[in-house]
Amino acid sequence: MSTVLQDPQTTETPNYLNAEYGWKSWLLTTDHKRIALLYLISISVMFALGGVFAMLIRVELLTPEGDLVNSDTYNKLFTMHGVVMVFFFLVPSIPATLGNFLIPMMIGAKDLAFPRINLLSWYIYVAGALFAIAAIVMGGVDTGWTFYTPFSSTYSNTFVITAAVGVFISGFSSITTGLNFIVTIHKMRAPGMTWGRLPLFVWANYATSLIQVLGTPVVAITLALLALERGFHIGIFDPAIGGDPILFQHMFWFYSHPAVYIMILPGMGVISEVVPCFSRKGIFGYSFIAASSLGIAIVGFLVWGHHLFVTGMSMYAGLYFSLLSMLVAVPSAIKVFNWTATMYRGSISYATPMLYAFGFIGLFTIGGLTGLFLATLGVDVHLTDTYFVIAHFHYVMVGGMVVAYLGGLHFWWPKITGRMYPEGWGKFSALLVFVGFNVTFFPQFITGYLGQPRRYHAYAPEFQVLNVMSTAGASILALGYIIPLIYFIWSLRYGKPAGNNPWGATGLEWTTQSPPTTFNFDVTPIVTEEAYAYAKHEEAHVG
Amino acid sequence: MADTHAVATGHSTDHSPHLRHHFDDMDQQFDSATFGMWVFLLTEIMFFGGMFGAYTVYRNMYPEAFASTSAYMNPLYGALNTAVLIVSSLSMALAVRAAHLGQQKALQICLLITMFFGICFLVIKGFEYHEHWVDMKVPLFGGHWNYSEAPQFAHQAQILFCFYFFMTGFHAVHMLVGLGIMTTIFMMARKGTFSPTYYTPVEVSGLYWHFVDIVWIFLFPLLYLIGHTRHLV
Repeated sequence: MSTVLQDPQTTETPNYLNAEYGWKSWLLTTDHKRIALLYLISISVMFALGGVFAMLIRVELLTPEGDLVNSDTYNKLFTMHGVVMVFFFLVPSIPATLGNFLIPMMIGAKDLAFPRINLLSWYIYVAGALFAIAAIVMGGVDTGWTFYTPFSSTYSNTFVITAAVGVFISGFSSITTGLNFIVTIHKMRAPGMTWGRLPLFVWANYATSLIQVLGTPVVAITLALLALERGFHIGIFDPAIGGDPILFQHMFWFYSHPAVYIMILPGMGVISEVVPCFSRKGIFGYSFIAASSLGIAIVGFLVWGHHLFVTGMSMYAGLYFSLLSMLVAVPSAIKVFNWTATMYRGSISYATPMLYAFGFIGLFTIGGLTGLFLATLGVDVHLTDTYFVIAHFHYVMVGGMVVAYLGGLHFWWPKITGRMYPEGWGKFSALLVFVGFNVTFFPQFITGYLGQPRRYHAYAPEFQVLNVMSTAGASILALGYIIPLIYFIWSLRYGKPAGNNPWGATGLEWTTQSPPTTFNFDVTPIVTEEAYAYAKHEEAHVG
Repeated sequence: MADTHAVATGHSTDHSPHLRHHFDDMDQQFDSATFGMWVFLLTEIMFFGGMFGAYTVYRNMYPEAFASTSAYMNPLYGALNTAVLIVSSLSMALAVRAAHLGQQKALQICLLITMFFGICFLVIKGFEYHEHWVDMKVPLFGGHWNYSEAPQFAHQAQILFCFYFFMTGFHAVHMLVGLGIMTTIFMMARKGTFSPTYYTPVEVSGLYWHFVDIVWIFLFPLLYLIGHTRHLV
């Protein structure tokens, strides 16, 4: 712990941040750590944009009448909230930032296998995001983020093609990132870093990469078909000449259901790192957690049909998809039980990342269990297209992924910047996020169960109290996001120097200096112990 | 400690100018590049797989209409193009072998042959597309479309023609990209970039070229032959 107390006035050691200066050194960098920061900035911008749409939705829903915006504008608001948040924030969120920064360091490599492709992926992402922003500026899209045909292909009068092209392009950024991770994890591990010693964050991102590589091309071709259909009226999804609009839904969800696991698995990886560190214990059930990541990735490809229970799909297909959807609960529960067992009899400390981890475990459990309600055929008929679905999805995506993302940012911020964030403010905003999130979305379970349909700008007056709660909660949640933004920027200059390993964590990334040098390690490290050998280190410390 | 030694001296023993800084040695770099290309081809399989999947769905829905569109296709073009691509794959394989053995002249000749047959493929495909255009088989905006061959299937055949153009069109785009890659590789070969210790770009672009050829091997029977067998029986 002596490193924490070092003199803050020491001259700056060479690191990846001060290795080169000037905008060219950033925009043409091939350093995975700098690219991670480029991603961090760009996805934060998109997150803010998507958040603005969310706030407009919540303000509209303060009153039962549609008074702030008309129904067409409201359709555009929820569509653009969905498109921006799903494709431009959640999918790249943890892999492109923390994953990009940490995976090479965690496995003892100097960089990802293809550094130039890594930079290219950021440019592809930016190009896709510009198309999405262009669609928004020109007048928006109103199809819902799922672009269902035949509305999107024939009837909508909005900028569907521009938005679809944006999503299509950004998909290739996701594919190239996944490809880079897979090759890096296979080929670039340091001596002694066996598959059984890989940090679980790496395992989770490996499973994520598999989905990115196998799923994203399918949504790419689906959106290409949609854009061509809309552009040239060729009839592929047009029932008027025998085309099948439901085929679009099948093809879309073949990617987009696995994609929700792209949006949660890396979060699970973060939690698997944070929990043992602040419990001072080795992870419980290492191989089970690692295997369950792969299990979720594999089973996740077989359950897309549960989005189509009420679209007139065959009943037998419904049974099959219902059963397999329930199976996803098994690997998910394995993780939750193992994190809990890791904490059992550990010496737990309540630093900010751990608070986020607590939040994640609770909120993800609620989100996951309500997913079982929706996987049940009969119940789903009642709950389809209600706010129950919205609440379920946000418990997993916001309560799960965004919370894990914030937890991970706090956990590795000292490594990324070499500075500590203010712990008190950190704890305070973690609490705000947790409270604000629950106040926002828990009422939506109730209104949804009572039958409030989603995607309408007006609603029955009896739902007003719960909707006002929801909007109030969203304001608290927004504050919980703004405070970290402010103190993270503040800490870049005024934060306490962090030292190499402020948490006393295991893992190769903590053996380097903070911030790391351009090539991460001066000498390629040799791994001689399992991941999360906290017990051993604690003994050594006490002894 | 044997390991430590190998790692520490990894850089000093391997002086190849093509070794990028973040790899330990040329073997690791070669393995990563080829593995990366295989993973990329996996994404390509899924990309074309989406179209093949949709094709399968529609073929199940409208088998008769599909047979009639397939019977319209001229299998001579398809067969010729299959032969052209198989020959180009052979010359590509020989190019990789030549690069591996360090035969610079043979490498360049093989690459030229590969590119020649790649262009042949596109030219033949162009003639074929032109024929479809003349025959009013390009259903853009529901127009330029006449299906007097089997008027009862006029609507459904329109969808199937769209699939034909998508699948062969995306394939042709991949051929164009392949030709671009081959041109780059040829220029590199002329500059003498490759040697028996460094021929990774030839190897990975060969993998890509073979993949594009294999896609055609699936497209040919699915688009050209299904209807014709029906007539033979």
